[in-house]
Amino acid sequence: MTREKISTKGGNAVEVRGLVKHFGAVKAVDGVDLDVKEGTVLGVLGPNGAGKTTLVRCLSTLLVPDAGHAVVAGFDVVRQPRALRRTIGLTGQYASVDEKLSGWENLYMIGRLLDLSRKDARGRADEMLERFSLTEAAKRPAAKYSGGMRRRLDLAASMIGRPAVLYLDEPTTGLDPRTRNEVWQEVQQMVREGATVLLTTQYMEEAEQLANELTVIDRGRVIAEGRVDDLKAKVGGRTLQIRPSDPGELDRMAGAVARAGLDGIAGATADHDGGVVNVPIISDEQLTAVVNVLGREGIALAGISTHLPSLDEVFLAITGQKTSEAGAEDVMDQQYAEVSA
Amino acid sequence: MSAATMTAPRLKAAADEGRIGVRANLRHIGALVRRNALQIRQDPESMFDAVLMPIIFILLFTYVFGGAIAGKGHQHDYVQHLVPGMMAMMGMNIAMAVGTGVNEDFRKGVMDRFRTMPIARSSVLIAKIVVEIGRMLVATAILLGMGFLLGLEIKGSMLAFLASIVLSTVFGAALMWIFILLGLAMKTPQAVQGVAMLVLMPLQFGSSIFTPTTKMPGWLKGFTEVNPLSNLADAARALINGQGPVAHPTLITLGWAVAITAVTMPLAVAKFRKKT
Repeated sequence: MTREKISTKGGNAVEVRGLVKHFGAVKAVDGVDLDVKEGTVLGVLGPNGAGKTTLVRCLSTLLVPDAGHAVVAGFDVVRQPRALRRTIGLTGQYASVDEKLSGWENLYMIGRLLDLSRKDARGRADEMLERFSLTEAAKRPAAKYSGGMRRRLDLAASMIGRPAVLYLDEPTTGLDPRTRNEVWQEVQQMVREGATVLLTTQYMEEAEQLANELTVIDRGRVIAEGRVDDLKAKVGGRTLQIRPSDPGELDRMAGAVARAGLDGIAGATADHDGGVVNVPIISDEQLTAVVNVLGREGIALAGISTHLPSLDEVFLAITGQKTSEAGAEDVMDQQYAEVSA
Repeated sequence: MSAATMTAPRLKAAADEGRIGVRANLRHIGALVRRNALQIRQDPESMFDAVLMPIIFILLFTYVFGGAIAGKGHQHDYVQHLVPGMMAMMGMNIAMAVGTGVNEDFRKGVMDRFRTMPIARSSVLIAKIVVEIGRMLVATAILLGMGFLLGLEIKGSMLAFLASIVLSTVFGAALMWIFILLGLAMKTPQAVQGVAMLVLMPLQFGSSIFTPTTKMPGWLKGFTEVNPLSNLADAARALINGQGPVAHPTLITLGWAVAITAVTMPLAVAKFRKKT
């Protein structure tokens, strides 16, 4: 485990300053600053086309930035790309394994490309398959894997070289909820084992599950950053949705909650179209308190649920406007045109 | 934190720390050759061009054109003419498959992985060439096997026969760089195939591969004289039949091979490096 020596304990494993990448007239990344502390997970949250993937591609030597600089695990991404490649792992949005090869063959090949001896490469392939619960599928071609298995194989491939820094570019986009949970568990395990992770995502929920800190980007710029809890507090945490048995009681219910003067609860709004009352809350105690109030008032409940703010709500809270997703799609298309030209 | 405080002290010293040694490079190429070979095992249809094409073409040309060119009942003479010519053609057809293969490879995420790994970027391309040369040798072996069944005789020395195989392999390998470059430059495998066919057909038929050039009009004859496929076919023919000039067509073929490699290999590697 020589990798641990690479950066000073407690320092930043990733430091990015003023990073810029343009595709023609499109500023995909437009002056981004960010830090990832060693052994932590930074979530980069943003809509499609915000520049998340371009950022990751710059930090993994796939693209050369137009301006600014970035140091990853002590290496400059532009001046020391070859040394940097020894210390990073990348799992992209699209599985980057060879589909015609079996899971084992993929991992063995990567071990050999990372200069492991034949014996070590074999051992490491077995070990990683076991670790990512793929031993049974070891000999099957990756093309026959399910989406979740493929993503796990991809993670395993990125971990073969014990990278100091791991980039996960939208690791659960396109996965069903169950598979998504599997991937989350694997990522959490890797973090417990000491990996430093830069994770991009479109989902607040994913950021909350995995990240210690968050950087929110939009149109290539950082629009907010901080600890996940702080951002959540800023956005308003969760929304409690209560459904009365009798829809006619919506207003009475909202009034009762609002009048109760519960600690930290600013108000309650009746949503007549949805047939629910929405109450923004930050803690589980508040949830209990609200339910108690309704019990005292004798209002019968048909359902109760809590919701995390969506990306849209986060953006609304931070910038006062919705995500620029619609416009962003064009940026994506243009990027692709650029890339394949 | 300002930019000034973060950079200088934490940068690792040696700029060439990531330099890749020759032995490591060979190991990487070996691992990638293994990958390409395993892909064939998984997808045996990809060998159809190498296995079936020589069989079908030699039968077609021998029995459809052979009678017309060498006279009815003299197909045997035509085999002696055709097989060395087809050795030149095999290289070109296999090389075309390299282009579509590279293009398809690039549409997959696995290339991103290779490009973020501490390996020389050229090793991915060289591994591809190595495997394709293997495929070309398989195709040549099948072609010659069929040739022998149809009555092909080695009239020159064994050494000259081996030299004809080496010469066509060297030329085929040079051609692969053109198609790798095309594969990297074009957007889809279909586009690569389209362009490749446009180049391929005139070169193949405007040559001495299938028929002697004596009955062609002057301008076409001029073309066939510089056409590397003609020269390769003539050289292989002279080596296998043990008659006719060897040195001249061999030198022209080798000249083409060197020139093609010298121009297209650096371009292909540069294109591969810059490709995003």
